Amino acid sequence: MTRLDVRKTYKLYIGGAFPRSESGHSYVVNDSKGAFVANASLASRKDARDAVTAARKAFGGWSGRTAYNRAQILYRVAEIMEDRRPQFVQAVVQSEGLSASKAERVVDEAIDRLVWYAGWADKITQVVGGANPVAGPFFNLSTPEPTGVVAVLAPQASSLLGLVSVVAPAIVTGNTVVVVSSYERPLPAVTFSEVLATSDVPGGVVNILTGSAATIGPWLAGHMDVNALDLTGIAGQTALATDLEVAAADNLKRVRRAPAAEPDWTLDPGTGAMTAFLETKTVWHPIGV
Amino acid sequence: MTSPFEYAPAPESRSIVDIKPSYGLFIDGEFVDGHGKAFKTISPATEEVLAEVAEASEADVAKAVKAARKAYDKVWGPMPGRERAKYLYRIARIIQERGRELAVLESLDNGKPIKESRDVDIPTVAAHFFYYAGWADKLEHSGFGSTPLGVAGQVIPWNFPLLMLAWKIAPALACGNTVVLKPAETTPLTALLFAEICQQADLPAGVVNIVTGAGETGRALVSHPDVDKVAFTGSTDVGRAIAKAVAGSDKKVTLELGGKAANIVFDDAPIDQAVEGIVNGIFFNQGHVCCAGSRLLVQESVAEEVLDRLKRRMSTLRVGDPLDKNTDVGAINSAEQLARIRELSDIGEQEGAGRWSPACDLPSNGFWFPPTLFTGVTQAHRIAREEIFGPVLSVLTFRTPSEAVEKANNTPYGLSAGVWTDKGSRILHMANQLRAGVVWANTFNKFDPTSPFGGYKESGYGREGGRHGLEAYLR
Repeated sequence: MTRLDVRKTYKLYIGGAFPRSESGHSYVVNDSKGAFVANASLASRKDARDAVTAARKAFGGWSGRTAYNRAQILYRVAEIMEDRRPQFVQAVVQSEGLSASKAERVVDEAIDRLVWYAGWADKITQVVGGANPVAGPFFNLSTPEPTGVVAVLAPQASSLLGLVSVVAPAIVTGNTVVVVSSYERPLPAVTFSEVLATSDVPGGVVNILTGSAATIGPWLAGHMDVNALDLTGIAGQTALATDLEVAAADNLKRVRRAPAAEPDWTLDPGTGAMTAFLETKTVWHPIGV
Repeated sequence: MTSPFEYAPAPESRSIVDIKPSYGLFIDGEFVDGHGKAFKTISPATEEVLAEVAEASEADVAKAVKAARKAYDKVWGPMPGRERAKYLYRIARIIQERGRELAVLESLDNGKPIKESRDVDIPTVAAHFFYYAGWADKLEHSGFGSTPLGVAGQVIPWNFPLLMLAWKIAPALACGNTVVLKPAETTPLTALLFAEICQQADLPAGVVNIVTGAGETGRALVSHPDVDKVAFTGSTDVGRAIAKAVAGSDKKVTLELGGKAANIVFDDAPIDQAVEGIVNGIFFNQGHVCCAGSRLLVQESVAEEVLDRLKRRMSTLRVGDPLDKNTDVGAINSAEQLARIRELSDIGEQEGAGRWSPACDLPSNGFWFPPTLFTGVTQAHRIAREEIFGPVLSVLTFRTPSEAVEKANNTPYGLSAGVWTDKGSRILHMANQLRAGVVWANTFNKFDPTSPFGGYKESGYGREGGRHGLEAYLR
């Protein structure tokens, strides 16, 4: 008799724990060929609010860590992903319908991107900050600081590389995030959250909700304790993007607008995804004896 | 307490300024009639009518945007950076040459003391143009590329009329954009004099356009479809409305909005210096400053001493004629603003805070409010939460540094903060912990063209000044 396999329950990732949706709702996730894979948790408004609370709670500690420490932790995430490479390849094949060799390239790129961003942790300050030569006897220095809690709508097509490409730049500088995964391809995001949970990333720094960006997005865009909104994941959805940007204006969230189409994630990302969620702080002090 | 000093009046002559009876809009290099309802601008110190100013209708705004687009496509965009730089240097020089004239006009129209417009506003305006002039041919080193956006629609407030114009126009032009700027309806005159300066400098027609008017004109400008960039300084409410109006568009936006800055005084601070800093923080420019230190957080152990000395110092502030060279505190900019300051101050009293002002004779005409402080203020009081934008200080106390941080950050705003202490490591700790775009340690209200300015949270986004200020005008 063939052995019956043990299936995994795919859950949300909030505050370092793996709860089911508070609502008790789930939705069917199929593979790229339409075959049933799992019932994923369908995140509710309450789940989104819990995730924001967890992200806010984690912000002080995470942003207060040394840049060197955040670099080490992001590098550690890359290490654990590499360790689970076959699992991610399989997840990408299943979700995106890529050939095994293409999926391998996608996973490699995602791991390498984490390594790339890890290195930015202790360099971005020097690249975007600096001393200002004011016309007076003052020490004057500008440095970047994280914006705070960032709500991220993750790309719909690129379930892993796209996800890593929006999460890593936000957290490497000290922000904490609430991420809504791809709706139809959420499973690599859940597996990624299991990597985060075992990579010294403090609970609450990354919170991952599986479900609909169109449903959860408005709650996050209108949440007064969210400081910024990344709309990359709703590329091309102009009406929804406009509504979310309007809602975000209530507490003047920084908004990274939705592109017309999902970007090619294999291109050099540049620093824009990091600087979108940085504030410049300028400190003055008199010079004298 | 009677003052040991008696001052004879020392008014600056206003004969240096030639104010015309009426002004049109400045579009495509010429002054033209507006098609809205013309309005009067008055001196807030006397309520004397200074001039009648045209109101730009939606069609006038469209005409200005069209002129700016043409100038961008045909002249300013294609012009080499080093040539643009020379125009900006030329403008900076003319501002220096006509500095006194601009200062007198600013004090007349705005109500601020001549010593502030003469020694702070106008020199900083010239410095800002001089600074950004030098960037025009060095943009490839900026880190933001060197491609301009196109036409910038800019809306500025009445508290630093010409300085805010400089903060908007200088970087926009340096980066190769053309602009349509709307000055505040109560302070349009120095912007119109700036238009004449552009003519004197032979700046090509359409590169700078000035449209006067109120909220409707501003709305028409920021929502015009051919505007590529919106820059606004003003209230958080209007900032929110602008953020909603541009949602879903490709317009790049920077917003410099309100504040409720904490000015934190520790027990080891040099008290006399701190008192000067507190006075500068809240009474500079009648408190019409978005980054004003409107919440004094003083450590409990020195609260009594600080308050005693602060009251003594406030008693020596001279409130009155903005054109008098000895005046410290000028007129409130408008009847509307005075009403808001009065309303919030009355609410402060009703909510139980203790109100104090020095004895001072206020002129009978014009809009005046005495320097005022409130003691016994809690974080729940409206005067501790809402921006008053006037010479009103709320005093709160704290015991530990962490309590000071918590209270300072307990606001939806995040524009600026002040720290007064003798201990260097504490300054750096506080500077790290405060969620504000500008932190002044053992100083306050310092500005420089090289130093980026702008807020966290609901104080807006984007930076003005320095290399950082170029980002808003490049793609």
